[in-house]
Amino acid sequence: MIHHRVRLVLALLAVLAVALAPASELQAQAGKGTIKIATQSPLSGGQAALGEGIKLGAQLAIERMKGTLEKQGFKVDFVPFDDQAKPDVGVANSKNIIADKDILAIIGHLNSGVAIPSSEVYKEVSLVMISPANTNPVVTDRGYPNVNRVCGRDDIQGVVGSEFAHATMKAKSVYIIHDKTPYGQGVAEFFKADAEKKGLKVLGFEGTEEKSNFDPIITPMKAKNPDVIYFGGIYDQGAPFFKQAREKGVKGKFLGPDGMDSSDLTKIAGKAVVGMHYTSAAGPASALPKAKAFSEEFKKKFGKNPEPYAAEAYDAATIAIKAIEAAAKGGKVPSREDVATAVRKAKLPNGITGDIEFDAKGDRKKALYFVLQVANEDPGKWGDNKIVKQLTIAAPAAAKK
Amino acid sequence: MDVELLIGIFPQVLLDGIILGFMYALIALGYTMVYGVLEFINFAHSEIFIVGAFVGVEVMLGLKSVGLLEGLPWPVVLILVLLAGMAGSGLLAVAVERVAYRPLRNAPRLIPLISAIGISFFLQDMIRLFESLWRNAFNLVYPTLDVLNLRFELTETMDVSVKSLVVIVGALLMLWALHLIVNRTKVGTAIRAVAEDQAAASLMGIDVNRIISLTFLIGGAMGGAAGVLFGVQYGLINPYSGFIPGLKAFTAAVLGGIGNIPGAMVGGLVLGLLEAFAASYLSLLTGGAFGAEYKDILAFSLLILILIFRPKGLLGEVVRERA
Repeated sequence: MIHHRVRLVLALLAVLAVALAPASELQAQAGKGTIKIATQSPLSGGQAALGEGIKLGAQLAIERMKGTLEKQGFKVDFVPFDDQAKPDVGVANSKNIIADKDILAIIGHLNSGVAIPSSEVYKEVSLVMISPANTNPVVTDRGYPNVNRVCGRDDIQGVVGSEFAHATMKAKSVYIIHDKTPYGQGVAEFFKADAEKKGLKVLGFEGTEEKSNFDPIITPMKAKNPDVIYFGGIYDQGAPFFKQAREKGVKGKFLGPDGMDSSDLTKIAGKAVVGMHYTSAAGPASALPKAKAFSEEFKKKFGKNPEPYAAEAYDAATIAIKAIEAAAKGGKVPSREDVATAVRKAKLPNGITGDIEFDAKGDRKKALYFVLQVANEDPGKWGDNKIVKQLTIAAPAAAKK
Repeated sequence: MDVELLIGIFPQVLLDGIILGFMYALIALGYTMVYGVLEFINFAHSEIFIVGAFVGVEVMLGLKSVGLLEGLPWPVVLILVLLAGMAGSGLLAVAVERVAYRPLRNAPRLIPLISAIGISFFLQDMIRLFESLWRNAFNLVYPTLDVLNLRFELTETMDVSVKSLVVIVGALLMLWALHLIVNRTKVGTAIRAVAEDQAAASLMGIDVNRIISLTFLIGGAMGGAAGVLFGVQYGLINPYSGFIPGLKAFTAAVLGGIGNIPGAMVGGLVLGLLEAFAASYLSLLTGGAFGAEYKDILAFSLLILILIFRPKGLLGEVVRERA
């Protein structure tokens, strides 16, 4: 019996030693401290395809770029958070994020409705947020020094859409549906305002949170027979809406904002959306000269094609790392304020999505806007979607109220 | 206001409402049957309903992968899928009763209610876990059979698709079969006896536990059939899709008079129609001031009004007073 106990104690000690060893090793490696970069995007739920792309894009950038910081003796960690595309979850995560002093930058979110309240939390501690995908004007119009984005804005994207509907699709009338979120309703309102200015007839403007049964919205819409139907929202709602509309015999052409830009759109809606147009603030690989190499590397590492905004997330994470390097010149872990200042001043002349420079309120000085057309009902061929139109537009200088 | 348009879309809205109403009615049966027998609300029924939809889509995708989806005649495919969905949901309902409700049958009334809510969350996340591991997907799409999307133009503003007819005919057949089972068979008599008085029924030689399991089986199977029809009609499901229709169907059951089988059908139809009319007409009638998003507010306000004047539901007087 005694032998057994001794053996047990020895075994326990051995286990403890094994458990502790890597920890002490890590501490030695960490030397000057740990730097963490976090992402926040929906990793579960209906919009996970895009959210996962943001996470993986940022992860790829951090793994490739962290060498310099590690040589200086820092330990660089990547921490992904799942905001579930819900504002309350995003804010709860943000509270955890600001409590972890090692986190120096956030790449996120996917949804403006989540980014806006979450960035209020980051602002309390001047933690920098670089958004790959939040296009609602309010995100930067609040003028926070810690909030930046590498994508375009909905007040321009909406106009790009209505201009396309008017000039290229030759529409006389439009019917607008939105998802009642700051993003979807926001872009739909910009679309509507400009469409009215151009003399298009707006036959309907409806918000809905419905995800499955669109019958009662489609029936009056079909009776009014609009030339173009615009859905301001995200593909998990847009796809079943478009599919049911076609099945019920709606003849108008479909148009949407960048929320439609995911292979899941064709996965859900199939041939109903082939030929439809969508505007985007993130171009496909073919549009961006450097993006091809990125796609290949992404595919090799993660075994799938990068979703839209993965390249933006890659660029955002690259900027974050460069800014931390710049702020860490003294060989110490920089403060969050210093990182935020460095990000605002950062220049990325050869990013995957082009030249990136921020203006005084954190908008990209020159953002890219595209109009694309769905080419094929096979979701694997989402990358084949053709660019119909490409524009580079500067963000409006003054904050609009 | 465009009066011509208002009148023009009327038949189509009526049809939309009827389809939705039958769907609610089928789900509401699960709530009302269990309430009739046990006087308890099975809040897990919304998940039992959506499990039917998931079993259905898995069978369809399975058939598709072996090439039988196009190979078999479409009514055979539909019947197979319906039967699978009904079996899946029915058996699940029986299992849930056995595990989560039977041990609590003599506990205070609120305890099994909490257990039901727990099971509801548990099932939601189990479906999500299973589908993420099995298909790495959150949204599942019902494969389309082209014949189901064929439409018959009845008037300029009204048409009906084959799948809408499938939903209506399917729901009517289910309701008719249920009516026969409950009112014309020995088993049905036993179910009604247990609902009337469990102790007396067991003295008459009825195995109460078996009859309660059977009630869950039938209610669950109706829910599963509704799940398959829901998937066929609207095309897209996710693990949380069952929650809202479940809640509405529960409301329909209360509206019709909970515990009352014809009441569930009436309640379902009334709620479906209210919802469809509210959603389609609100923005037309108010000039866009109130949109389709207010449909639930209008539908539920009317519901409160009805319940103020008929607290026991539309067919409430049929419910037996019980000690």
